Amino acid sequence: MVVRPARGATAVAAVAALSVTASACSAPGGSGEGGKGRAASSAVVGIAYEPDTLSPLLGYGKDGNSKIFDGLLTHDADMKLQPALAAALPKVSADGRTYTYKLRDGVRFSDGKPFSAKDVVFTYETILDKKTNNASKTELDAVDTVEAKGDDTVVFRLKYPYAPFAERTVLPIAPEHIAGKQDVNTGDFTTKPIGTGPYTLVKWSKGEKLTFKANPRYWGGEPKVRNFTMAIVKDDDVRATRLRSGDLDGAILPPNLVATFKSDGDKKTYAARTFDYRVVTLPTGNKVAGDTAVRRALDIGVDRKAMVDSILYGAGKEAYGPVPTDSPWFTEGTERTHDLAKARRILDDAGWKAGKDGIRVRNGVRASFPLWYLTGDKLRQDHALAYASDAKKLGIQIKVESGTWEVIEPRMPKDAVLAGGGSPADPDFDQYTLLKSSLAGNGFNNMAWYDNARVDKALDAARRTDDRDSRKAAYDTVQRELVKNPGYTFLTHIDHLYVVGDRFGDLTTQVEPHDHGLASGPWWNVEKWQPAS
Amino acid sequence: MARLTGRRILFAVPVLATVTFGVFAIAAASPFDPVKAYAGTAGLTSSQDNLDQLRANLGVDRPLVTRWWDWLTSALRGDLGDSSVLRQPVADVVGERIGWSVLLAATAFLAAVLLGTALGVLAARRQGGWLDRAVRAVAYTLEAAPPFWLGLLAVWLFALKLGALPAGGLTDTGSTTITAGQVASHLALPAAVLAVSQLPWFVLYVRQGVGDALEEDPVRGARARGLAPRTVLIGHALRSGMLPVLTLIGSRVPELITGALLVETVFSWPGIAAATVQAATSIDFPLLAALTVLATLAVLLGNLAADLLYGLADPRVGFDG
Repeated sequence: MVVRPARGATAVAAVAALSVTASACSAPGGSGEGGKGRAASSAVVGIAYEPDTLSPLLGYGKDGNSKIFDGLLTHDADMKLQPALAAALPKVSADGRTYTYKLRDGVRFSDGKPFSAKDVVFTYETILDKKTNNASKTELDAVDTVEAKGDDTVVFRLKYPYAPFAERTVLPIAPEHIAGKQDVNTGDFTTKPIGTGPYTLVKWSKGEKLTFKANPRYWGGEPKVRNFTMAIVKDDDVRATRLRSGDLDGAILPPNLVATFKSDGDKKTYAARTFDYRVVTLPTGNKVAGDTAVRRALDIGVDRKAMVDSILYGAGKEAYGPVPTDSPWFTEGTERTHDLAKARRILDDAGWKAGKDGIRVRNGVRASFPLWYLTGDKLRQDHALAYASDAKKLGIQIKVESGTWEVIEPRMPKDAVLAGGGSPADPDFDQYTLLKSSLAGNGFNNMAWYDNARVDKALDAARRTDDRDSRKAAYDTVQRELVKNPGYTFLTHIDHLYVVGDRFGDLTTQVEPHDHGLASGPWWNVEKWQPAS
Repeated sequence: MARLTGRRILFAVPVLATVTFGVFAIAAASPFDPVKAYAGTAGLTSSQDNLDQLRANLGVDRPLVTRWWDWLTSALRGDLGDSSVLRQPVADVVGERIGWSVLLAATAFLAAVLLGTALGVLAARRQGGWLDRAVRAVAYTLEAAPPFWLGLLAVWLFALKLGALPAGGLTDTGSTTITAGQVASHLALPAAVLAVSQLPWFVLYVRQGVGDALEEDPVRGARARGLAPRTVLIGHALRSGMLPVLTLIGSRVPELITGALLVETVFSWPGIAAATVQAATSIDFPLLAALTVLATLAVLLGNLAADLLYGLADPRVGFDG
């Protein structure tokens, strides 16, 4: 019997092919033991996403609340800015272009070295450096210079008045004496960070877990939960199973799995309010989706309530714009009532007449366009299908298709996309990039190529004044314009659901963004938890 | 023997060069965009300028051949480059993971060889008997079962239903230290699945080899001389029946590597597999190329080892091959 050894190239091709297959199936993980009887000072939570890096210089923790690090400012439970590494909120110059921060005294990094103004300057300058591979640096576009005045004062000068700038200074500060001595893109610091935060990283076992221990030097006092572990469990079912077995103390879960914990007496469910919206982009370049009548008809023809009930199991609310209805920035009276008859009338009046197959036609153009969603995203798929079925009732045909971003991106100028987003810190963050006409087709900004002069003007006005009432008036204009000419159909704002053991007492959640950051969920303030022993 | 080894090493050079070029070419032709993969969700809100700058920084806008040549020449100088997806030097990525992969693969391989030999001998002893029939049926079934499916089945049975063994990871979720005991209990399931997926080939080859050998003259002679059946079976038949198995050991290496990749993924084993999967889906050229070279080297070494063993075990074969 002869056995012919396999040749290298074939085998390697097999490796490559199989590894792609492997990535397609989800990776369950973790043990079913060890959870019960854990010390009161330990907490283990299950999260669904793994960070690419733990270096703030590359974008980690840019929205604040990173556990290992602190920013100059931080958010409290109501998303109000509070001083963190700064001693107080910044002093803003009258022209809105100079921000001065006085720093907190006596703060040390977890390696014992003191924190000072030069670390702040180092952090911002490094992020803005062209050679730094930080994909979020666009968010600091307004910064012209950042300068240290002595050890305890930092001054930012902006290129233009930018009212929400203080919201950007929640981003974590890196120590210059460590991060400054290595390659910012690939150095040790990206996996072994040192910060001033309440926790220090013990170990990051990639693909498995992040383990933290309390920082005894923390300026806010040493946390009671001394050992904190984030287990990375990508599969929803496995996360639920490990939570049930006691291996995890808490986890983020989709609504259908949260329901299975309802009768569990020693666990509490938390629904975090969010700015996380699902939206359909209606590209201006599409003859059908770009027509104002079609846009308005779809806007009142979709049944948002049904989507909240059937897709989100009630864990969410109807969305009429990027601003959720319960936000102080929401413009009362811009809620749209679901009204099929009125929607049909709008289309009739605009000259869209029903064709033989029930699909409307105008000047030889069929009321039909494709709607793309990201492959594998069940929630987006459900939204897309519901949207298409509502549109059909109006005589508009929407062909739902799925693809990766590589497939979808080149089609964005003409095809609709089921997109998601949401950033609670300031209304500017969502609306400017979503609606500003000069940003049309710029990366993933203004995906719908929305072009409305009145909206452009309001967006600029809103970011150039610090006056809360003028800002509110400007965003009211934007939201009212979106009723008259919606370039997007906003569908839902989605609650993020968490289940956590009750031995940690009553916990709170922050208003959350679209991104499930590491420190979202009830453990946003784990350093303040008071576990019962 | 030295000549064979030398010739194989010379042969490995063009093979490795071709294979790495192939990886760069396939990756470049794939529809995935390394910049998008790098930026992740942040890429959805970043400006075009920023994305263009990233493209330049990561060097993915340069032509395929230039990129490959740069990688190759710096790799030869000992610099494997930086992994873009893991934000670490490739050498670090490989260094901190390969040990766990070797541990998993070696444990599984050893178990498969030992168990496979034992079952093969038992089956060969009475060909056509119930044990033989049962062993063969199981072997054929396992041969058709993909390792990741076996893995999911094992997780379901041993971890979820029975709660006997941990479902994944290297250590318990809450623990921060790596102890031998914890690693052993977490290793059991993935190693067993990998071993079982490799088992049928060894069982069937040993069974056939030993069965054939039992019919050969020297073995018949030994039996005729009145030696104990046990001595004949182990001392004579197994010895000559093991020869094809030696070659098999070498040629199973690629299967072992692919099997380990799938098993590691299923069990969240922190070996080289997760890195391979990430490298492939993110078009991380330096990491992908380095991992491919490693896999190719393992295969070439496996083949060389098989040929050398064969030559040593059977003087008739020689080392001219």
